[in-house]
Order: sequence, then C-alpha cells, then structure tokens
Amino acid sequence: MGRITLDKVQKSFGEVEVIPPLDLTIEDGEFVVFVGPSGCGKSTLLRLIAGLEDVSGGHIRIDGKDATLVPPAKRGLAMVFQSYALYPHMSVRKNIAFPLRMAKMDKAERDRRVQEAADILNLTDYIDRRPGQLSGGQRQRVAIGRAIVREPAAFLFDEPLSNLDAALRVGMRLEISELHKRLETTMVYVTHDQVEAMTMADKIVVLRAGIIEQVGSPLDLYHTPKNLFVAGFIGSPKMNLLDGDLAKPHDATTIGVRPEHITPSPTEGTWTGKIGVSEHLGSDTFFHVHMEGRRDPVTIRAAGEVDMHRGDTIYLTPNAERIHRFGADGLRMP
Amino acid sequence: MATQHSRSAARTMMAPAVFLLLVWMLVPLILTLWFSVMDYRPLRGTFECCEGLGNYIRFASSSSFQDAIVTTLIMVGGILLITVTGGILLALLLDQPIWGQGIVRILVIAPFFVMPTVAALVWKNMFMNPVNGLLAHLWEFFGAEPISWLTQVPLFSIIIIVSWIWLPFATLILLTAIQSLDSEQMEAAEMDGASPIARFFYIVLPHLSRAITVVILIQTIFLLSIFAEIFVTTGGGFGTRTLTYLVYQRVIESQNVGLGSAGGIFAVILANIVAIFLMRMVGKNLDK
Ligand SMILES: Nc1ncnc2c1ncn2[C@@H]1O[C@H](COP(=O)(O)OP(=O)(O)OP(=O)(O)O)[C@@H](O)[C@H]1O
Ligand SMILES: [Mg+2]
Repeated sequence: MGRITLDKVQKSFGEVEVIPPLDLTIEDGEFVVFVGPSGCGKSTLLRLIAGLEDVSGGHIRIDGKDATLVPPAKRGLAMVFQSYALYPHMSVRKNIAFPLRMAKMDKAERDRRVQEAADILNLTDYIDRRPGQLSGGQRQRVAIGRAIVREPAAFLFDEPLSNLDAALRVGMRLEISELHKRLETTMVYVTHDQVEAMTMADKIVVLRAGIIEQVGSPLDLYHTPKNLFVAGFIGSPKMNLLDGDLAKPHDATTIGVRPEHITPSPTEGTWTGKIGVSEHLGSDTFFHVHMEGRRDPVTIRAAGEVDMHRGDTIYLTPNAERIHRFGADGLRMP
Repeated sequence: MATQHSRSAARTMMAPAVFLLLVWMLVPLILTLWFSVMDYRPLRGTFECCEGLGNYIRFASSSSFQDAIVTTLIMVGGILLITVTGGILLALLLDQPIWGQGIVRILVIAPFFVMPTVAALVWKNMFMNPVNGLLAHLWEFFGAEPISWLTQVPLFSIIIIVSWIWLPFATLILLTAIQSLDSEQMEAAEMDGASPIARFFYIVLPHLSRAITVVILIQTIFLLSIFAEIFVTTGGGFGTRTLTYLVYQRVIESQNVGLGSAGGIFAVILANIVAIFLMRMVGKNLDK
C-alpha cells in the first residue's frame, strides 16, 4: 500500500517560503510526475515526503497514518537520488543489501532478495564490482536495486536520469515504466524532461514557485491546460501563445495553438508570414514563421517533408477546434 | 603535452634542485656512515680507523637500545591513537553547524603554532606540576591525591603533550575529508534505515580511511624524531628514552660520535621499515 496525502503542507527556509500550503493526494500504485521550471520546489516537495526535510506546517499522511514526524527510515519509502548516492567502498551486492542489513534481516533472506533484484535489473554480471567501476546507467540500476529490495510503500525519484546520455535515458525510461507495471507500487518522480513526464506518468503535477498549477493525466494537460503557464509548459515544441488582434476574433485576451495544430500552405490561409528557421527532420518539418508586427515567431509542425524554405511566404490555418482561449487573468475560458 | 623537447627542458631546469637535494641528503648520510665505523670520541681526541661493525654491535647489544625501540613504538603508537580518534571526534563536532564556527576552527588549530619546547614547558609547569599545576588543583577539587605526572606516568604525560600539539593537524585534515562527503550519500543511508552510529561506521569511517592513512603517514615521519618535548620534561629519564634521544645521549652526553652514528643508522633503518609498512597501507587505500 502506498497512498500519500499532503494536507496543507508548507515549507519555508528561514524567511523564504518555498512551498505555500499545498494539498495533494497520491493514490496507491499511481505513477505521479512532478514537473516545473528549475527552482520551483520539486526536489523540496519530494524531500518533504521522504522526511529528509521537516515540514514547516501541515501534515503528511501515508496510508492514512500521520507520518509528519516519523523519521525517514520508518516511513517505508525508498528514494533514488540524482547523483545515485551509492556507497563507493561497497560492492554492488553490499550496496543493494545495505538497507536489508540495517533492518537486521537474516543472511539467507537477504541474499535471496539481492539476487532477485539483480535479476530484475540485469546486474548479475557486475554484482561484485564497486560503483566506481560501473557506467552511469549501471549505477542508476544499482540505485534502483537498492530501493526495490526494501519493498517500500512508494518509490521517490529525483531526476534519476538527468546524468545519462539521451540514448540511455530512453532505455532507462522504459525500464522504470516496466518496473512500475511489474511492482505496481506508487512512484513519485521528479523531472523537468517533457517526454519523461508525458510518457511515464499516470498523473502529472505541474508546479510553479511551489504552487500546484494543475494536476491531471498527461493528455488532460495536453488537451485542456487550465492556464497560460501550463499551456506554455506542457508540450514540445511549446504552444504558440498569441495575443492582440489575432486573439480578438475569438473573444479572448490570448489564444494558444499547438504547433501541430496549424496547417501550412504556400497559397492560402488565415494568417500569413515569412519563414525564418526551418528544420527538416524527414519525419517532421518545423517552421519558425515571422508574422508582421510580432516579436516572437510562430512555430508550426507539419508531418513529413514539406517543400518550403527560409524566406518563403507561408500561409497558416489554425485548426479551429484546437484553439485554446485564455482570459485577461491567464485562466482558460470555456 | 609532454613533448620530447619540453621533457628535456624540464630535466635541465630541475637538475639544480635535484642536485642540491641529493647533496643535502647524501653528505650527512655518508658522514654518519663514515663516523659509525670509526672510533670517534672528540673529548679524548681519538679519531681512529676502523671499528668495523663494532659500534653497531655495541649499540645494539646494550639493553637501553631495546628499551628505546619499545619506548619509541609505544610513544608513536599512543600519539597516533589519540590524535586520530580525537581528530575524528573533533572533526565530527566541528562539522556541525555551530555558533562562531570560524573562530572555533581557528582556536582549534592554535596548538599547532606553539613551538614544541614552549608547549612542553607550558604543560610541565602549568598543568602537570604536582603542587601548582591546574591538573593538581582539579584532582584536589575532587578530593583526590594529585598525580606527579612526569615522574609517575612520564611516558603517558609526554604522549599527552605531543598529542595536544598534533591533534589540530589531524583534526584539520579529517575535517576537510568529512566536508567532502556527499550529503546525498548520508541521506541515502538515513533512508536505508541506518542509525547515526551505523552511518558513522558504514559511511563516514570508510570515507575517511584515505585521510586517516595520510594523517598516520605524515605524523609518523615527524613523531619518530620527537626530541624537544622529551628534553624539557623528563630529560630522557623514567623510561622515556626514545631511539632519537638515545642517539643524542651517546653523542653529546657520552661524547662518543662513532657509537651515536651507528645508532643514527639504526634509526634510519627503523624509519624505513615503518615507512615501507605505511606506504603499503596507503598504497592499498589510495588504489580504491
Ligand atoms: N536548504 C535550503 N536552504 C534555503 N533555500 C533552499 C534550500 N533548498 C532549496 N532551497 C530553495 O528552494 C527553492 C526550491 O528548490 P528545489 O531544489 O526544490 O528546486 P527544484 O524544483 O528541485 O529545481 P531543479 O529543477 O533545479 O532541481 C529554490 O529557490 C532553492 O533556492
Ligand atoms: Mg531538484
């Protein structure tokens, strides 16, 4: 079981309030991802749940029991750190066995669990090496191994893949997702990688300056962002946010259109502009279009190859059903 | 990049320094070796060839030689034990966020700047004096009979004095080592259910092992030649005669340079045995 409830949890460092009172429920078995810009308090929130930081106010409940004052080891949570935080003088086997040893588990059971974790994570070949002799991906797996042997109520990950190269990241992403399917344990995952958030999460929590901007499934956030911040944050490339005369016909202060919801044409369309940078990837084509009287270019994404290039005049037609309207207060209009 | 050219240039540039060092080391060593096979007693005016190994045999077969070696090892070992354990404890303490951290750290290093002679005299007269010393007063305050430190427990007293001088050194090196410990590692151990004591033994101590070997190595080299502290406190009496002190007595007090030189060579050999032993230890620790 691993249902985590945050009830008006608040955190200040000295005078600075990093997290204003915040409510959040993480259901048992859910994969929850915290995203947000750098410094918005993702790590702090995770460390509050872990118990590595004391809350300044509010309550944390784990499976209904108040865990606010419970020390980290007793909360039954396991954490995987960005720097892996392996013990450098211990072999992989000893690293993974460490939490079990601290729990005074007998040796036979300990060995069985370590072996099991090593099998799941493909660590058997280097089980007697030290962390210093492993690659980044292997180290990350050891760190995950050390977390799963404890059979925790929930896993906490703080940007576990940010030290890996792009290819490895894709692989590890799948492995973690698979692990979640297999263990069906609650996972709380911090990242600032769009793709990780969208592909792994059951539920995404978007944070800004310690405030939850929106909670929802990845597609929820994609289709119906609650406000301008979420609209601009979720999705890659970013949603085009247009104001002024382009927004007026829609009775909104700002309208947002995703790059993939604009159809380009060389001859006719609602808006017109000149192509700036164009990126031809084969599978997709991205155009950055400069429109008269606008500072920021509009980004559009067309499937496949499109034969238009820098300097060409281009006509754009937004998909009327996919236009997001926002009011003067930045909130979504129905 | 070390090209052929830059390498030979470097060699030329370094040559004078290497030459100076060689002369610096070799001349005294060769002189000592030479004296050690002579019957050289300046006061009697004898300077005669050739004793051969006579001086060595005489030096080694005297009972004071064995005593001196045992005393040396006990003294060095005792000081190392106190400074390393004390250093670790102090370093752990200084690593905590405390009020006035900067000043406390400067105060801790202070004993290291006190000259050994002065330090020993201060301890001898201010602390360990059986009538007026602070320790005597402390003992009296608790109703105990004051100890006459330098006559009743002379070796231990000297160990305390020298440990006091070297404790700051050990503390400082170990403190920097503790500060370089990754805080996420400690947090991971905390989440893994390790108690503070388990964290110390499983995480902090292994992390410090390298710094500890460095402290032991450097201190041993200096501690083998302790002299001033013995000279001004017990004068080598009451079983505090180390090998260094014995050599001094043979040369200055008995005016037998030949015999003293033979003792000096024994000291060199002892130091080398210890050094090889320590280098092995350090080497093993640094490989990790
Ligand atoms: N120990 C601390 N003392 C004071 N301020 C802190 C402390 N830890 C974090 N902060 C502040 O809290 C805010 C949130 O930090 P946090 O580490 O949670 O950000 P984050 O969302 O994880 O950012 P990133 O994506 O860069 O990791 C930051 O403004 C940071 O300066
Ligand atoms: Mg962070």
